[in-house]
Amino acid sequence: MSEPSAVGATDSDVARIVAETFRDEWGRIVATLIRQTHDWDLAEECAQDAFARALERWPGEGVPRNPGAWLTTTARNRAIDRLRRAATGASKLQEVAVTSGSDESNGQRDPATDELGLAESGVEDDRLRLIFTCCHPALAREAQVALTLRTLAGLSTTEIARAFLVPEPTMAQRLVRARRKIRNAGIPYRVPPGHLLSERTGAVLAVVYLLFNEGYSATQGAELVRAGLCTEAIRLARVLAELMPDEPEVLGLLALLLLTDARRAARVDATGDLVPLEQQDRSLWDQHSIAEGGERLDAALRLGRPGPYQIQAAIAACHARAATADATDWQEIAALYGALARMAPTSVVELNRAVAVGMADGPEAGLALVDALDRSGALSGYHLLPATRADLLRRLGRASDAAAAYREAIALTNTDAERRYLERRLVALTSRA
Amino acid sequence: MRYAMLICADESAIQALSPAEAESMLGQYAKFGEEMTKRGVMQGGERLRFTTDATTVQVRDGEVITSDGPFAETKEQIGGFYLVDCRDLDEAIEIASKIPGASVGSIEVRPIWDM
Repeated sequence: MSEPSAVGATDSDVARIVAETFRDEWGRIVATLIRQTHDWDLAEECAQDAFARALERWPGEGVPRNPGAWLTTTARNRAIDRLRRAATGASKLQEVAVTSGSDESNGQRDPATDELGLAESGVEDDRLRLIFTCCHPALAREAQVALTLRTLAGLSTTEIARAFLVPEPTMAQRLVRARRKIRNAGIPYRVPPGHLLSERTGAVLAVVYLLFNEGYSATQGAELVRAGLCTEAIRLARVLAELMPDEPEVLGLLALLLLTDARRAARVDATGDLVPLEQQDRSLWDQHSIAEGGERLDAALRLGRPGPYQIQAAIAACHARAATADATDWQEIAALYGALARMAPTSVVELNRAVAVGMADGPEAGLALVDALDRSGALSGYHLLPATRADLLRRLGRASDAAAAYREAIALTNTDAERRYLERRLVALTSRA
Repeated sequence: MRYAMLICADESAIQALSPAEAESMLGQYAKFGEEMTKRGVMQGGERLRFTTDATTVQVRDGEVITSDGPFAETKEQIGGFYLVDCRDLDEAIEIASKIPGASVGSIEVRPIWDM
């Protein structure tokens, strides 16, 4: 925001300010209105109306000093107006009047500041209430994701549908059903109490992480829209870190997202092909994100309660610190994967540990882990298992075994970029032999 | 909010319980019922006889069609239900998790549709 006095701002300035305010304030306004009206549809519609009115009025009247407060008040007045007009709204109207001056979790709010939507901590509590409600375990994961993007991040149904590659009516239906279930099943609008908090925080973090990965794994097709998901995920992680500064895994997730996103520009080459980590042009890595990710990770680790997101962030930080691929501290990374495997024992983590051990202690040691995984059958059909095996066999000089494993991986992969990458490795192998 | 808690389990497993096991199960249900009554959330509940004693009734074109057995053959059957009145879904989930049947079968929590 750079308008000292916005009176006389041009229409395009106003449009820009409204767009910025939308990104910053949408979630807050909707979250507050949901608490006051208990009506998710009404809250969203009135928030939308308030932004539309801003576009109409700000060019002539000037941009108010506190655009967020103006929008909150306008949206709330609109809600009261609509409830007043609806005959059945009598009791709800009463509630808006009552709840706008009090709060279930802290009763000491100043009704006057609240009237303007300025009670900062209260407003932030509302956003936290909103995300915990969106990610309630009684909702399906896909509904949690859609609801979080719509109500908290303010993405349109069209945008969400495009990002998740489903038809718009399907996504609209998903949102309608989720809101209806929240109302009919009595899902509470609150931050869960202590004994439920860590479990429920896990679901919130999982949704944010999934959003990020949806965006990050996109290299084709609707690429731009999906890359926007990374930005949204980081923005949500920042909000969570701001609201729950004592939760190490929240900071760990934010660190992980920043450190991973820092490599985005180097990940795909000019032709759209994936560039593996060891071949990336490290000068393209975003040092600002790396520095911030490192700081967030340090803050998380200082809290002394390690968890899977913190460890993954620590692994990403190891890569980020290495000036060249050869300078990577694989011993440290292998040890971190060992810790992660003890905490979150999944086959994919074990495969990553095998890669790290293969780099730290030699391909023979890595191959032993991959073969054990192969025998367990847990990753059958997953192309990265034979791809990892192929790479280790190549380094051991077992060219024909490696070629067979590359072919197996190529048959299993389902993205073009990965298939081209594996085919190049196969060609390099056979032309050398 | 009022919720029906439908207790679903494999009937054949319940029929296969030894008398001592069946008695222990009933004891756990009695304890649960007492606790929830004391807490003030319990509005009622019943155990249902097995689906072999069920009769399904339909009316089609004005004709009453009666058939032996449950509406649908499923792996788990509703063996009983509770009606509770509690604050919200979080409390309902907590109560449902305490029903003895939750450890062997599943509890379907259904909000009551107030008419």
